[in-house]
Amino acid sequence: MTVATAKGVKHGLLFEGADWDFQTLQNIHDACQDIGIGELGLDVYPNQIEVITSEQMLDAYSSTGMPLFYRHWSFGKHFAHHEAFYRGGYRDLAYEIVINSSPCISYLMEENTATMQTLVIAHAAFGHNHFFKNNYLFKLWTDAEGILDYLGFAKGYISQCEEKYGEIAVERTLDAAHALMSHGVHRHAGKVKLNLREEQKREQERRLHEEQMFDDLWRTVPAGKAASASDADFERRRAALGLPQDNLLYFLEKSAPRLAPWQREILRIVRHVAQYFHPQRQTKVMNEGTATYVHYRIMNRLHERGQLSDGNYLEFLKSHANVVFQPTYDDPRFSGFNPYALGFAMMQDIERIVTQPTAEDLAWFPDIAGRGDAMTVLRGIWADYRDESFIAQFLSPHLIRQLRLFHLFDDPEQEEGILVSAIHDERGYRRIRRQLAREYDIGWTDPSIEVVDVDLAGDRRLLVHHRVTNGWQLEEKDTRHVLQQLADLWGYDVLLQEIDGEDDVLTEYHAYPRGKLTAA
Amino acid sequence: MHIVDRRLNPRGKSLENRQRFLRRAKSAVQQAVKRSLQNRSIRDVLDGGEISLPIDGVAEPNLRRREGGISDQVLPGNRAFVEGDIIPRPPGRNGGRPKDAGEGDGEDAFRFVLTREEFLDVFLDDLELPDLAKRRLSETEETSPSRAGFSVSGSPANIAVARTTRLAMMRRIALKRPRTDEIEALQKRLDDCENEEERLALAEELLLLKEKGKRIPYIDPLDVRYRRFENEPKPVAKAVMFCLMDVSGSMSEHMKDLAKRFYLLLYLFLSQRYKKVEIVFIRHTDKAEEVDEETFFYGPATGGTLVSSALEAMRRIVAARFDPAEWNIYAAQASDGDNSYSDGTRTEQLLRHEILPLCQYFAYIEVDEESGISTSSRSPLWMLYDGLRQAALPLSMRKVCRKNEIFPVFHDLFQKRGSEKVAT
Repeated sequence: MTVATAKGVKHGLLFEGADWDFQTLQNIHDACQDIGIGELGLDVYPNQIEVITSEQMLDAYSSTGMPLFYRHWSFGKHFAHHEAFYRGGYRDLAYEIVINSSPCISYLMEENTATMQTLVIAHAAFGHNHFFKNNYLFKLWTDAEGILDYLGFAKGYISQCEEKYGEIAVERTLDAAHALMSHGVHRHAGKVKLNLREEQKREQERRLHEEQMFDDLWRTVPAGKAASASDADFERRRAALGLPQDNLLYFLEKSAPRLAPWQREILRIVRHVAQYFHPQRQTKVMNEGTATYVHYRIMNRLHERGQLSDGNYLEFLKSHANVVFQPTYDDPRFSGFNPYALGFAMMQDIERIVTQPTAEDLAWFPDIAGRGDAMTVLRGIWADYRDESFIAQFLSPHLIRQLRLFHLFDDPEQEEGILVSAIHDERGYRRIRRQLAREYDIGWTDPSIEVVDVDLAGDRRLLVHHRVTNGWQLEEKDTRHVLQQLADLWGYDVLLQEIDGEDDVLTEYHAYPRGKLTAA
Repeated sequence: MHIVDRRLNPRGKSLENRQRFLRRAKSAVQQAVKRSLQNRSIRDVLDGGEISLPIDGVAEPNLRRREGGISDQVLPGNRAFVEGDIIPRPPGRNGGRPKDAGEGDGEDAFRFVLTREEFLDVFLDDLELPDLAKRRLSETEETSPSRAGFSVSGSPANIAVARTTRLAMMRRIALKRPRTDEIEALQKRLDDCENEEERLALAEELLLLKEKGKRIPYIDPLDVRYRRFENEPKPVAKAVMFCLMDVSGSMSEHMKDLAKRFYLLLYLFLSQRYKKVEIVFIRHTDKAEEVDEETFFYGPATGGTLVSSALEAMRRIVAARFDPAEWNIYAAQASDGDNSYSDGTRTEQLLRHEILPLCQYFAYIEVDEESGISTSSRSPLWMLYDGLRQAALPLSMRKVCRKNEIFPVFHDLFQKRGSEKVAT
């Protein structure tokens, strides 16, 4: 099919029409690889492409996209929910799901046309894949080689627990762990890089150690009188507990006095899963922006090289336009920023700044403006930033004008209404940029919850603080539920205080353990 | 790069999670199913379909913020605002925030689709035919596999490992197959031996042993045994349900609808729960006829009323086809309670002396207009049956006026009773 010309290799069409088979997929992948690696200089994990049905896509949806996961009723609920929407025709399924693992697994739906498969391969198998492999957050917090094995271990471990301790007990532990999952991540890097393979081994070693050290004789030794704790002792133990601690699951796993070893292990599993997804929460705009930018470049090159027919190219442009559509604030379809749209717009804007800078760009971005090689600059950015810092650094006045961004300040105390505090003008650029960046800082948007004290000398009551910023208090009903779960795991009373900037207590929640969870 | 075709992977990966979810939400699902029964036609409902659950029992709470704080928000698409503008809040919202993303997306009620099986399972949970006492060995159909020793042939899944290795060991011992350690010991002696002549003898012996070891296999196909199963016939209760429906002119459309709904439930319950239940449909005006289910539910008919005609037809059919010694006989009768005055005695005689002694259970439901009172009735049939009930015969009766009463009444009539006596 290929004809050599003076310019180099002339490529034939990868496919015609909408049909595809596995050879087509292979060819598409090879062509994308040729452009992605050869021309764009991407650095990716080996790819594994899996063709799945819509039902399997729903499966993947409900278990957070992972190919294997432990069993829990909530996944059944999500499946039923997604299915009802899908079957009712209210919602389409995603074209793809991609997993941050090595090899990097991308799911392609069998219903996709050949053009869509090309788009998806370029988007997921190269765009996301490159981002997973190179972004510092993913490097720091996730272990792409180990994740699938670890999930396999987790699934096996939890079903073993179900056999040993009963489904109900395991379910209750998982319920409680899931409720605290959003506060089960380390937000700051620890000393050691996560290694999930080690995790499995460590669990086995811990158990083996316990088995070896077990001596029934100890049971017969009379327990000594509890020593009364002095204040100094109290301080020392508080330090030993690592307080204050914002990772609730970690704290419980290490310090909850009444948990059985298997319950600690389950908390650990849930915590690891939460940590694995932590970088994804912080890089939605960048991740999608990268993938969208990459697929856009690759598809255009395929078309230029004559590997994609005009008709198929138009089909691609239509879905691309859908993906990066950003309704304005007064549009009924508006539901916040579309990370694909914002990310793609910023990537393209950076490309423009690097290749054709205006005077304004030179003043605002002296480091990158006019450097000439867009890919080198972009690859560097993709590796070193997360959404918050990315927007704070690279949202340009040009783009702010283009998107006509404005900033609303809404204080419920202000009777008159909502203040427009900045628009896309000279005075507003920096404020808009700072504010938008802050909206993507999960340290800012998530409620800040910390374990601050344990009454070790007395009734072991756990004291948890919520630092209220800007008057955002916790949703009451949910908070009571979650606190109940926390108390069940902790095994003693729990007190949650909402504290404002002046250290005044705004609200208090109490919870008492129900006592069944920790009976083991 | 690998391409993996996952489409042929076993389906229903999420089934386990789904079952757990349904179990978790059981009481809520039951409520929802009963609610959905009132609003839709029975045919639709019984095909499964969408139900919505209150989110409470299946909520997944997490720590999140409620509305009410100071909000800072950047939005796209400014047209007319300049810095310092004050936008009045939309009326009716004290929080006054612009449309917010991602919060409260339909979590108030949780909608999903139950399959037909799941639906029926929930729907018919804890119902049974009362007093299913007469059990006879059926002809052939119901069997259950039971262990029946070992056989020399079978499927690999049924291989009996312990038995096989035991037989192999017996054979090895009987044929004096040299053990590995014997050969090793001999080899060692051979290695250590100085004397040339002795060495030769030892070498020969070793060779012999080794050959013997080869000739006599460790496990021979002869040793292999399989667990054997035989299908044993299982005692099965045979039952027949007579559905007697009044279709006379005095039954209004509303009453017929109620009666038909009742029988649809009954039909569904029986066909779903009991494999060996015969159902006989009899409808009557002033004369009775046995009909098929299609005619029973959908065929039009009208005329006068003679209840005894239906009971007579039932007696005839029992005599002809269902030997009371073998069959558990049930009957469910629906009527508006009217009967011609002259027929009263005949009906009572038939019921008291012929029908009820044959029956395990006789359920009577009386249907009335929507405005009726469902706790009492003064209709001729009701009075008559009430009299019979005093005599501790296996008879239950209920009255239904509205659609939403059908299921509770049905449930009441057929709920599991334990060992308690049936007659009410």
